[in-house]
Amino acid sequence: MALTSRFRRLGIGRPGDPRPAGRRNLRMSFAVTFIAVVAVAAFLSPLLRSATIALKNTDQLTEIDAPLWPATPTTYELEGRTYDVYTVPIDGTNRELALVKKGQKESDFIDPANPDAGLIHWVGSWRSLNHVFRLDPQWNNFSDVWELIDYPRLLFNTIAIALIGMVGVLLSCTLVAYGFARFRFPGRNLLFTILIATIFLPSMVTLIPTYTLFVKLGWWGTWLPLLVPTFFANAYDVFLLRQYFLTIPRDLDEAAAIEGAGPIRILRSVIIPQAWPVIAAVAIFHIVYSWNDFLGPLLYLSAKPELQTLAIGLARFEGIHFSDPNRIQAGVLMTLAIPVVVFLVFQRVFTRGIVITGVEK
Amino acid sequence: MTATTLPRRRFRALRLSPLARREALWGYLFLSPWIIGFLVFIFVPMIVTFVFTFTNVNLLQDVPLAFVGLDNWQRLLSDAGTWRSLGVTLKFAALQLPVMIVVPFAVALLLNSPHLRGTGIFRVLFFMPYVVPFVAGVFVWQSMLNSETGWINGALERLGVAEPPNWLNDTGWIYPGLVLLGIWGIGGGVIVNLAGLKSIPSELYDAARVDGAGWWAQLRNVTIPLMSPVIFYSLILSIVEVLQYFLVPLVLKNGNGEPGGATLFYNLYLYKTFYTFQNMSYGSTLAWLLFGITVLVTFFVFRISRRFVYYAGER
Repeated sequence: MALTSRFRRLGIGRPGDPRPAGRRNLRMSFAVTFIAVVAVAAFLSPLLRSATIALKNTDQLTEIDAPLWPATPTTYELEGRTYDVYTVPIDGTNRELALVKKGQKESDFIDPANPDAGLIHWVGSWRSLNHVFRLDPQWNNFSDVWELIDYPRLLFNTIAIALIGMVGVLLSCTLVAYGFARFRFPGRNLLFTILIATIFLPSMVTLIPTYTLFVKLGWWGTWLPLLVPTFFANAYDVFLLRQYFLTIPRDLDEAAAIEGAGPIRILRSVIIPQAWPVIAAVAIFHIVYSWNDFLGPLLYLSAKPELQTLAIGLARFEGIHFSDPNRIQAGVLMTLAIPVVVFLVFQRVFTRGIVITGVEK
Repeated sequence: MTATTLPRRRFRALRLSPLARREALWGYLFLSPWIIGFLVFIFVPMIVTFVFTFTNVNLLQDVPLAFVGLDNWQRLLSDAGTWRSLGVTLKFAALQLPVMIVVPFAVALLLNSPHLRGTGIFRVLFFMPYVVPFVAGVFVWQSMLNSETGWINGALERLGVAEPPNWLNDTGWIYPGLVLLGIWGIGGGVIVNLAGLKSIPSELYDAARVDGAGWWAQLRNVTIPLMSPVIFYSLILSIVEVLQYFLVPLVLKNGNGEPGGATLFYNLYLYKTFYTFQNMSYGSTLAWLLFGITVLVTFFVFRISRRFVYYAGER
């Protein structure tokens, strides 16, 4: 121990050391952070690409020398005629001039800022010149998609299914986790093992009879097959809640029990008030899960466009408008915006939840 | 004597005092939503799926329900489509599994580096795409991987690659393409790996450094052995997941298996059998084969895990 502390005083960093000292470490910091910046930029670049496409129209997307950002060539109107504006190098400076008379070897330009100055003669091929672009984002792509896929309806459906399911998951999983965390009964370990084993069960092995059952019950084409099962708990969330409940000291339970509180009362006034972080994590997990869910809505709602969710609506939209990349990417952004914002707002709660399920096993 | 007392003693242990019986009753009561759910949505359906394999349930045809013996299982053995689709899934898994283990681990190493500044921001940014609904992710990456206009090929061309691959339409490149397309899903693995790395006691690194171990030696002899339980956990979950892979090709290629049947994954074949053709019985047979394969593979990995997983402490 004495040795390690001496190393530390010498400025030889250890993992987790917040500020390693020395010039060599400064260089290391720069290198490692640079790698991280490049990696994260590459990792998120598809999102940037999606945004730039969503803000363009077809012409802007296919224009040969168009820049990355949504841009339109600047034009200049004079006496009812429209001229393209180019960047022209004259006497060592670049000037933005409107091309009025095209020629093979030499052309005539006019300065839009000072049209009265008359024609400016320039020697050289105008084809070698670059257009002047101005920022011209096509926000209407978003409003088009809003109407084309009936976005308000899909958004309402997605939110409603996510929130009702969230209530179901919170109610059922809290009760079950409380049962596993606080009560002793024969077969508890066996039941818990079975619960965990269901995580590894391929869903297809239970899906066919469940699907057949829902069809026979007349639930096909309704939200019921998506909502009813959430009220019967699931392994992930029960596990997460139970792990957290186990960390809450029993002293308070026992004190409440001595004062005559029953199990439900203890759950409501002792356990739940102390478990908000994990309850919030489960709630957010479910919203993200539900937003992402594709198979369920696909199986049960494919014939009912008015009941579908954003995920299905987006896939359907892509199937019809596959040759319209601008609107597809606008739809993509409108589908992913809410879960991403929810994550960014609650990211601490979210990552803590994953750590509990993933590591403390 | 012993033969009679032993069972009796076990029996007595199960007879609970009134107080313990009350506690047990409450326990079962709280568990009841899950127990009912397990029976109705998991246990009984599993049995019914198995029974279905011996029948002729087809929701499209109005034939009387009948037991057909082993017909479905015989069809399974002779059905080239099944084995081809299983091959597709295994081929993809061979590429996807290493990536899903190594990439999150590498990103977590980067995020855990004491030299990294702004760790919190990087952690959020690496995790963020994990919450993007996968349908949206598929369309984003489909555009990104476009052979002519996509940025990936644009970058490759700039790096001097004369003929960059036609990722999603070439049988030779479709699996790397799908792996890239799924890269936004690493977030969960990154967080789990990162938490694992943080739990490694720093004294071990100090000791290794005193012994003259460099970065690579520390990684090999300290980090990887201590991370083996986390890696093992990720491996099991990834295996179960990859064996069920089919939603991405379903969305990407409308489930038609293009190019050249290379995306007709096992679960996609299963899905089409039971949903498109409504053949519940043959679909069930395929589902049970998948279940069997999953159990066998996880069992096998658990067996060999004793050799490479190091559990600090009691285990």
